[in-house]
Amino acid sequence: MAQTNYSDIFKNPLSLNNPITVQVLGICSALAVTVELQPAIVMAISVTVVTAFSNLIISLMRNTIPSRIRIIVQLVVVASLVILVDQILKAFMYNLDKALSVYIGLIITNCIVMGRLEAFALGNKPVPALLDGIANGAGYGIILVIVAFVRELLGSGSLFGFKVIPQALYDLGYSNCGIMLNPPMALILIGIVIWIQRSKMKELQEK
Amino acid sequence: MDLRKYLDKIKPNFEEGGKHPGLKSTFEAFESFLFVPNNVTASKGAHIRDSVDLKRTITVVIIALIPALLFGMWNVGYFHHKMTGETAGLWGNFFYGLGQVLPILVVSYVSGLFLEFLFAQIRKEQVNEGFLATGLLIPMIVPVDTPLWMVAIATMFAVLIGKEVFGGTGMNIVNPALLARAFLFFAYPSKMSGDKVWIAGLDGAEKTVDGFSGATPLGELAQNTSWDALTSHYSVSDMFFGFIPGAVGETSTLCILLGAILLIWTGVASWKIMLSGVLGVLFMGLLLNFAGDHIVSSLDPQKDAAKIAEYSYLFVPAYAHLILGGFAFGIVFMATDPVTAAQTETGKWIYGFLVGVVAILVRVVNPAFPEGVMMAILLMNVTAPIIDHIVVRQNVKRRLNRAKASK
Repeated sequence: MAQTNYSDIFKNPLSLNNPITVQVLGICSALAVTVELQPAIVMAISVTVVTAFSNLIISLMRNTIPSRIRIIVQLVVVASLVILVDQILKAFMYNLDKALSVYIGLIITNCIVMGRLEAFALGNKPVPALLDGIANGAGYGIILVIVAFVRELLGSGSLFGFKVIPQALYDLGYSNCGIMLNPPMALILIGIVIWIQRSKMKELQEK
Repeated sequence: MDLRKYLDKIKPNFEEGGKHPGLKSTFEAFESFLFVPNNVTASKGAHIRDSVDLKRTITVVIIALIPALLFGMWNVGYFHHKMTGETAGLWGNFFYGLGQVLPILVVSYVSGLFLEFLFAQIRKEQVNEGFLATGLLIPMIVPVDTPLWMVAIATMFAVLIGKEVFGGTGMNIVNPALLARAFLFFAYPSKMSGDKVWIAGLDGAEKTVDGFSGATPLGELAQNTSWDALTSHYSVSDMFFGFIPGAVGETSTLCILLGAILLIWTGVASWKIMLSGVLGVLFMGLLLNFAGDHIVSSLDPQKDAAKIAEYSYLFVPAYAHLILGGFAFGIVFMATDPVTAAQTETGKWIYGFLVGVVAILVRVVNPAFPEGVMMAILLMNVTAPIIDHIVVRQNVKRRLNRAKASK
């Protein structure tokens, strides 16, 4: 795993090895925070920060961590970072923090974070590890934004809280699709994203 | 036979290397719709010597649906004219209803078949006849005032997510028509429930007859109307013959029975599912009556009169659940869908029985849903493979035991 092809490290999590659509990790929060775009983006940034810095820190310590207690060390690092993120959000974006409720705290248990630590940070130098963390957070974020865009547009008729569907359309009899606000629809949307991605990328198709 | 000659003439255009090879499945769909295919399964597959193929099965289902559809059209006109206070004869009512239902029917067929043809084309498969029944079922289970664009979106959602992602006709897990209805129900609840949607033109109507209510009998029961108060304006025979408001096809139990007889006689639908479904409803209805007696007997008739009124739904006679709402339609036409129902014979008894039990449980006990048949059938569709699995395992176990004993 001692690869230092930086463009691969950065590109893979965005497409061929996307944490949500290919590895199917972090689905729980993806369903919960994608009702609107704004919380989805904040969530995406938070996860990116946590994966990036936990990857960096664990990579710096990788030669000193005894492998028998590595999970505990990883958890301590991740938990401290998540608490930091949570405190920053509470201080500067209190309403959003309330909207995201427990899901910021649950980044600790997000499989993407632990997965990258185990699979990448423990065996790579700090710079690639940092890059890998950013890329995986971004890969997670892209899917969140796509799903939240569709859900907010069709479910509430708005984007970032601004009405984008004109009133004239509502007067003609259009109405918002309430099912988009329910988590099951987010699961179906992620399924559709996976479907489209697989039909486009030959490498992902199982024979 | 000029049509046959014409088809033979244009056929080479759609073969490999012809002018439009991409449209092969479209051509085949129309050819087999017009003529019985004359190709014989040659080298592989079981040789079933029976003329009942998918096309015949679907045709029988459609014929079985016709009485309920025609009656539903008349019913739409009847209640619209009752609301406005006009009198229109048999044909006046029927043609008004035809004008309301036909657009929904056309939209449902066009949007659904468009996707079916598209997918057949992309996957280079034959177009299946399965949607011909689904497309007819959808207009019959939605309120008559459903906006057409909603019907189109729901139909496409059902075909795409309910059927095509699983591999098309015969591979679906839940009934596509019911999925379309469930989508509408959760996406646009204001257009799918309440007491404004069941009568054509009632929402936003300028004048209605004094005291006219568009609520369905089940809607009234969910509002704690007692059974006696309900039967004072809709008699039991009204409910049986279908002179009650409701979704287009579901109102007349009589017409649905005619369809059921045809389906059972031709062997297209399983009588076991229908019978066990009816037994399930009666069982749950009686159980709820019993529970009602038990609860109310512990209350004081004078002091807790308001509380007792809240339990009035529990006292609806069990047989009434069979003729109210969508149960009859659901158990005859939707629950018996051979793709999504249980496959084993014992499994069919369990599956049907549980459809009946869950339908009445949701209908009576959950105030958020005045009707539970849709939920019950969808739930049991998802559960059917588990039922089959258990039945098959039990069978294997029994036969293993027998084999051991004889050793």
